[in-house]
Formats: sequence, structure tokens, C-alpha cells
Amino acid sequence: MGSTSAHGENSNGEGFGRRDLIKRSAALGLIAVPTMSFLSACASGSEETTKGNESKVAVTKENPFGVAKGGKLDVVVFKGGYGDDYAKAWEAAFDKKWGTTSSHLSTQEITSKLQPRFNGGNPPDVVDDSGAQQIKLDVLAKGNQLADLTVVLDAPSLDDPAKKVRDTLMPGTIEGGMIGGKFVALQYVYTVWGLWYSGKLFKEKGWAAPKTWAEFMDICQKAKAAGIGGLAHQGKYPYYINVAIMDLIAKKGGLDAMKAIDNLEPNAFADNPIALEAVEAVYELVEKDLLMPGTNGLTHTESQTQWNQYKAAFITSGSWLENEQLKQTPEDFDMQFLPMPVLPGSKLPFEAIRAGAGEPFIVPEKAANKAGGLEFLRSMLSREWSTLFAQQANSLTVLKDGVDPAVKLRPGTQSAVAALKAAGDNTFNYRYGDWYSAMGTELENASNELMAKRIQPKEWIKRAQAAVNKATEDPNAKNNKRS
Amino acid sequence: MSHVANSKGRGGFIAGFLILPLALYLTFVIWPYIQTFGYSFTNWTGQSPTFDFVGLDNYSALMKDEVFGGALLHNLLLLVFVPAITILISLFFAFMLNAGGRSGAGGVQGVAGSALYKVIYFFPQVLSLAILAVLFGAVYRSDEGGLLNGFLTTLGLVDPSHPIEWLNEPNFVLWCLLLVVVWHGVGFYLVLFSAAMQSVPKDIYEAALLDGAGRAQTFFKVTLPLLWDSVQTSAVYLGIAAMDMFVLVSTMTSGQFGGGPDHHSEVMATVLMRNFLYFGNAGYACAMGVVMLVLTLILSAITLRATRREHVEF
Repeated sequence: MGSTSAHGENSNGEGFGRRDLIKRSAALGLIAVPTMSFLSACASGSEETTKGNESKVAVTKENPFGVAKGGKLDVVVFKGGYGDDYAKAWEAAFDKKWGTTSSHLSTQEITSKLQPRFNGGNPPDVVDDSGAQQIKLDVLAKGNQLADLTVVLDAPSLDDPAKKVRDTLMPGTIEGGMIGGKFVALQYVYTVWGLWYSGKLFKEKGWAAPKTWAEFMDICQKAKAAGIGGLAHQGKYPYYINVAIMDLIAKKGGLDAMKAIDNLEPNAFADNPIALEAVEAVYELVEKDLLMPGTNGLTHTESQTQWNQYKAAFITSGSWLENEQLKQTPEDFDMQFLPMPVLPGSKLPFEAIRAGAGEPFIVPEKAANKAGGLEFLRSMLSREWSTLFAQQANSLTVLKDGVDPAVKLRPGTQSAVAALKAAGDNTFNYRYGDWYSAMGTELENASNELMAKRIQPKEWIKRAQAAVNKATEDPNAKNNKRS
Repeated sequence: MSHVANSKGRGGFIAGFLILPLALYLTFVIWPYIQTFGYSFTNWTGQSPTFDFVGLDNYSALMKDEVFGGALLHNLLLLVFVPAITILISLFFAFMLNAGGRSGAGGVQGVAGSALYKVIYFFPQVLSLAILAVLFGAVYRSDEGGLLNGFLTTLGLVDPSHPIEWLNEPNFVLWCLLLVVVWHGVGFYLVLFSAAMQSVPKDIYEAALLDGAGRAQTFFKVTLPLLWDSVQTSAVYLGIAAMDMFVLVSTMTSGQFGGGPDHHSEVMATVLMRNFLYFGNAGYACAMGVVMLVLTLILSAITLRATRREHVEF
């Protein structure tokens, strides 16, 4: 969930079939895993056998992690909406510099491919742990499978050795990779979330992009009058409608309201008039019948494609949307990003957006070539590699000014970049989804019921608070605090 | 090879052939079961080789787990309806194809074109469940683009701006899935029952006809008793399928590994997978696996026991 590439299903245009396939192979994995771990069981009981078998290499300023020349590097990347060409380009560059031999695996099935390796204590050196079948980071962290990447942050930047890597990153990158108080994941792709509309449709109808929730509702009404839906959402995956609900809460109540939720406070939702107002605002769409017909039951590709066919004015999504819908989007569609409109009296301005880093890259704690893995991550945060990514995947990275200005962006991405600039420091990002999987799922279930008109906003609040309270029992709850 | 000929040697010879498959079976089927049992007493996350022994904690948590309880009820519901409906329909069609035709000139035959029907009925069986999920996903699609909704709006039965969200309706979703399973199963069991019916000697039917038995009487007094073995086997197989349902539920319904909306289509396997792979509660999931195994075994035993009849010789 929550990751950009979870939705990068467009690469061969049959998300459904593959989703199923993935699940089937996951089911196979269920059978295979106990067997695999048995094979390694002898080692697993006391798996702290010596592993530092690589010869020690002197740590220098150019080689802060002591990468051995001519070693092996095992890279596994999620092949989603960003493809895997960027990774191949990186590996070639890495091999050239370090004389290593990289092995490259790109897959949709991160869990089933890697779970046996994590359990067996022979994980790869670098993993892009994304997609619908990502191994949840909180789960990996709980099992002490993730290397502490703080050393990468403190290493000198490749572009400017006088600077530390941590000073070259977009705000929120470090926070986004913290689990249990440790920096364990490099969220590499910078993403913004909000509403999207067709510039062409709005021009035709003479609609202006709304800034307040009232204006937004007004356009939805007009859209309905014009025979199309107001808001579309990816009903089968209620993650998306929660973008609207949670963003409204954060914008109305400010960062404190957001932190209250991430920090599992007893009044995060309950007795919180702001949360109720946000849920009621979204529910108004349901009551006034302004949703795209049938959107509650559609998959992400189905509803996004309907939206591309002008069947709805707005849709909620993150900035991977343009890349994901590349084939389904009409040439002149003019995709545009819109920050979530604000409720009256909001603490954050309209320009504020949910923005953050996604697509987590990790180095497993038990990687055979851990130094190589860390160096790989440091290289990713060089301008050269960042530009390679922008060219191959048409998306921004977390490196500040990390893209050569010569790279031309598509309209949707361009509008997202403009919105990001307008937002300035007014960005926010929730963490509960990565920290507490079960709570995220509960909130999604509640929203699904809300959008189908089966529960009322008050009941949503009740269920949401119950989910928050339950998450406090998570052993990680005492470590996952933000201020 | 004279020593092969003596019986002792032959035993060794056969054992030599059996030992490899047996070893594979023990390693890849029995051992994982035992391991699952072991893991069910731990707090294993599924992503790490380290875990602690927690005794019966997982099982006591399972007792209180409402989602799993609901899933169990759904499985039991399916267990009642999937075999019953599938077998009834298959039997009816099989009878019509084999003995339901006009009894001209004393012969017993199926309805006209029955050979062709048999092939057509078997088609769904050829499709894998994954394809079925896509196919019926299009049938149940929640907007006008869905086959059912499109059909119903054309007839004017459904308002196009409020199509029925089949798989997002708590009261429909399980029945929608049930229909897919039945649709898929009928073809196979029809062919199975047909084969069984064809082995019934024609003279028995002729005798029944001469005695003035109608179609219904022929079916209940002659066909069904003679087919009982097949029906019994089918019931066990369909029962096991009803206890699983993972592929269809996880792909067709909303939620991580399906089960939506709001747990209304949850089956034990989907709850298990969500806990195993998504929530990182692998030990807990293993406890669910053990419960599923025990339940399936008990149900198979009950089915075999309850359907035991005296074997009819012919």
C-alpha cells in the first residue's frame, strides 16, 4: 500500500490478471516457505554465524563503507510503473566504477521471491521493496532484517564531498524512512497526493480549479448536471478515498491533527470535531449522489480509465497516476494535479499538499555485500543517477535539484512539480500506513462502508478510533513517535 | 534377474520404486504440515528466522478473533450450499443427457443433441480459477460496463446512475462467488455422473420403463441409488473446495487478499494470508492453518460417514 509503485500496473496493461497471479504464487509461497526455512533451519536456530567473510577493505573518504573491488552485488528491484531500465543503467555504472559483477532481478513478486531468502539468512544486497507484494517494512524491521542506513546519510555526497548526503535530500525523506527510531529505508521517489482533473475538460466546461471544498462541491454538482460523475475513486482499493479524508483532516487541523493520528492518541478521531467535519464533507458527496456511478466497486485501472474517458471530473491519486495511465490517457487530456481543497477555517493553506518519498530501497542486515549495498544507495543520491532515473522513469527523486533541467516532463508531472513549488514548506505526510498495517486496513474498510452509504460519519469515527486504540498494542507503538 | 522373481526380492524392488516418491511426499507435504503446527506455537513474523515460543497464545487469540470467526461461518455456509447446489444441478443435467430423452422404441437415451451439450457443459472446467475471476469480474463489474449491470439497465430494471455494486454489496457478495464456483463445477460433475450413469445397464432402465416409471421415479428409484458412490466422492471434493475458496475471494473482492466489503466475503484462507503476508503475524496464521486442516479432516470424515450406504451391485 501507500507506495507509488503498488499501482504501477500499467506496464503490461493487465493489472487484474497479474494481481491474481501474484496472489497465487504467494499461496504457493505459503507452502514453499516452511519448507525453505526448514532447509535452513539448522542455521536458523543460531543464525548468528560469522558472515563477514569478505576481506576487509580500507575505509576512505571515497570509499566510506569499504567496498571490495571486484566483488558481487545482488540487486532486486520491483518492476512496476517505473520499469527496470533505470536499475540496469545504475548497475552498469556501479560495475564500471567498482569492478563488481551485479546480478539483476526485477519482479512483481517481491514477497514470494525474497521471503525464503530473508528467512534463510541469504538476502540480496539491495532491494527495491515496493509494489502490491512488497514485504511490509514494519515486519522486516521487527525481525531485525534491515541495515541501519544512517551511515549513508552521514557519508559524503558524491556530487560535493564537502556535504553530507543527508543535506542533499528533500524534506521528509529521512522521516519517511524511519521505523522504530532507526533510518532503515531510502524512500527514493518523490510523490505528491491529491486530486487530478483534465485540463481539457475544465476548459471546455469553463470550470476553474476549486480552492475550497464548497467550490469543489459546486463543480461536482455542475458535473452531475452535465451528465458525468463528480468524484471518481478506486473503490476496490479504499486506500485512495482515504487520501481525501485524511488530507482534509490534516489541512483543517494542521500538522497536530496528523501527528495525533500517527502517534495513536486517544482523541485522534474520537471527540475530534475536525475529523468528523472532514468525514462529513466527503460523505456529502455520497449523500448528494456526486460520485461517479459504480466507482465504489471498481479497481484502480477501471476507475482511472473511466476518468480518462471524461466520465468523472475528479479522481484521487498520487503522482504515479500519469505514468500508470500513460496508454489510456487521450493525447489532449492535459492531466492536472490539484491540492485537496480546504474546509473553512483550515490551518494549512490550500497550497499545502501531502508529499513524500515513496518506493523504499533497503539494504538487508544480513546482505553478503552490505558495503556494496550501502555504496549503491549513496550513488543513487548522486545527480548522475538521479537524472538517469528521471529519464527512464519520468518521475522525480528525493535528491534536491537532482534532475537535469533539460529533462522534459509530461503535463501531469509538470503540474505536480509546480504545486510542490507553490506548497513550499507546507507539505505533510502520514506515517500510520507504514507503521501499523492493520490500522491502515481498518480505516480503509470503514471508508469503503462510508462510501457505500452503509455507515454514517459518526460510525466511521468510532471505527477509526477503535483501530487507533488497537494499534497501541503493537510492540512498535512505543518506538514510532513523531513530533 | 532371477532374484527379482523371488517374492522377497520383488518386495525390495517395489520398495525401491516407492521410496523416492514417499520421501518427496514426506518432505514436501507432511513435513510442512508438521512445521506449520510447530510455528503455530510461536510469534514468528514470517520474515525473520528468529521467533519466540508463545504456547497456546495464538489459539486463544484465534478464539476471540471475530474476523476469523466470521470467515469460518462463511466457509460453513459455502460448505452447505456449494456441494448441494452443484450436485443437484449436475445430477439433473446428467440425467437429462443420459436418460431424460423420449423413450422411443424401448431405448433409453438422452435429450436430443446430448453429445454436444456434454462438451459445452465441460467448457468451464477447462478454465482456470484465475481466468474465471477475471471473467466474472467483468460480469459483476460495478458500473454500467459490467455484463449484469449492462443487461439489467438495458431491461430498465436498474437505474444507470445507481448500478448494483455486486461484489461490494454485503448481502450479495458471497452468493455471487458461490455462483461462480457452481458454474465452474457443474460441467465436471456432470461428466462424472454421466460416466457413472452410462455404466448402469440399460435393462434396469427398460425394466423401470416397462413397469411404468416416469422420469422422476426412474431418477430417484434407479439412477440416484446406483450413483451414490460418485455423489459421495463429489460431496467430499466440493466440500474441500468450499473450505478453500481462496483464489476467487482474494482476486474478486476488495481488501488485502480479498474478503471485502468489510469482511463480508471473508473465508479462512484470506484471513490467514492477510495475517501471514501483510500483517506479519505468521505464527498466528499458522494456527489458523492448523484449525483449517483439522476442520477439513473432520468434515471429510463426517461426509463419508453420513453418506455411507449399502453398495448396490449390478
